[in-house]
Amino acid sequence: MIVGEQKPIEEISKMIAEYKTVLVMGCNTCIAVCHAGGEKEVGILASALRIKNKVEGREQNIEEASMERQCEREFVDELADKIKEADCVLSLACGVGPQTIVEFYPDTIVLPGINTTFYGMPKEQGFFVEFCGGCGNCVLDMTAGICPIVRCSKSMLNGPCGGSQEGRCEVNKDIDCGWQLIHDRLKAQGKLDFMDEILPPKDWSPARHGGPRKMVREDLKIDEKPEDEIEGITKEGEK
Amino acid sequence: MTEAQEKNIPDVSSDFEPKIVAFCCHYCSYAAADLAGSMRLDYPTNIKILKIPCTGKVDVLYLLRAFEDGADGVIVAGCEEGTCHFINGNIKAKKKVKYTKKILDDIGLGGDRLEMYNLSAAMGQKFADLAKEMTERIKKLGPSPVNSGA
Repeated sequence: MIVGEQKPIEEISKMIAEYKTVLVMGCNTCIAVCHAGGEKEVGILASALRIKNKVEGREQNIEEASMERQCEREFVDELADKIKEADCVLSLACGVGPQTIVEFYPDTIVLPGINTTFYGMPKEQGFFVEFCGGCGNCVLDMTAGICPIVRCSKSMLNGPCGGSQEGRCEVNKDIDCGWQLIHDRLKAQGKLDFMDEILPPKDWSPARHGGPRKMVREDLKIDEKPEDEIEGITKEGEK
Repeated sequence: MTEAQEKNIPDVSSDFEPKIVAFCCHYCSYAAADLAGSMRLDYPTNIKILKIPCTGKVDVLYLLRAFEDGADGVIVAGCEEGTCHFINGNIKAKKKVKYTKKILDDIGLGGDRLEMYNLSAAMGQKFADLAKEMTERIKKLGPSPVNSGA
């Protein structure tokens, strides 16, 4: 899932200061699972902002709303009236949520309440770890299911480096050496010969290095509209 | 306007009677409050008790909503550590109270307006004492700015 954390209240408060009606809008998928921007967190932040406004004598209307997924138009459109009524939307979704609203509601001011941090999983309640870098070219088959791109601090494809000591990374002793984990797991599986294979330099073009990414699935498309026409429709904000 | 009001210092000599909401666990502090009554102990009537099945049920949102709706202070009263009927509900509550105190500090209301206490069902006297202590503390802090619209 996408992991994120709420921005400090002070920063949020300054961001929304000039708007009369603020819609705090949550997303009940990834960001709710990491307890940063789901329905409950929307309630907590909205309540805190309302109290802060009263303490500071500021007149501001703080509204609340949440949807199943802020990254899909169908769900965003369910709250169309609330979005249009608000002077600004404070999104508690990952970075995709605010931009989805911007895409379909071009006249709306959208502000981020979340710092999106990584793709990861909750190792235990309240403890999240990064597991995927979204590099667009997965090598987990060669590395015993442990990602060298994000779990090695240096994203080395042929590790470990000389900084690996007693299973710990030289960047920070609190970080497990990703390549030690890969080695140990390959050894347990009797596949240590994988370590002998030198992986060639990685093609980073499917990652962010090739610019903003797109994915087109012709089999899923309903209308046979060309891509530029689809983009044209979304920019006009028509339904 | 008095000098105290100009300097935004709470006027403790006034007749300010704080509204304090106490989230009390069914198994300990609620029974302790009952016992305090049976023992005919005096404690301030400022404390408004809300019975909950366990302090583990208390949520950050409950605490903030109490303040938003005008509470001058909030108490969370649970079992002594290690004696929770649901194993660790009071430990969870302790963490939520700590987290909420940080939010209250961040928004300028002050974390001191919220406190957690641990006591057993046999501690009628302790309940009366904590009620007095919290009432005195909130009287010193003055009315919540949420109510005064300061």
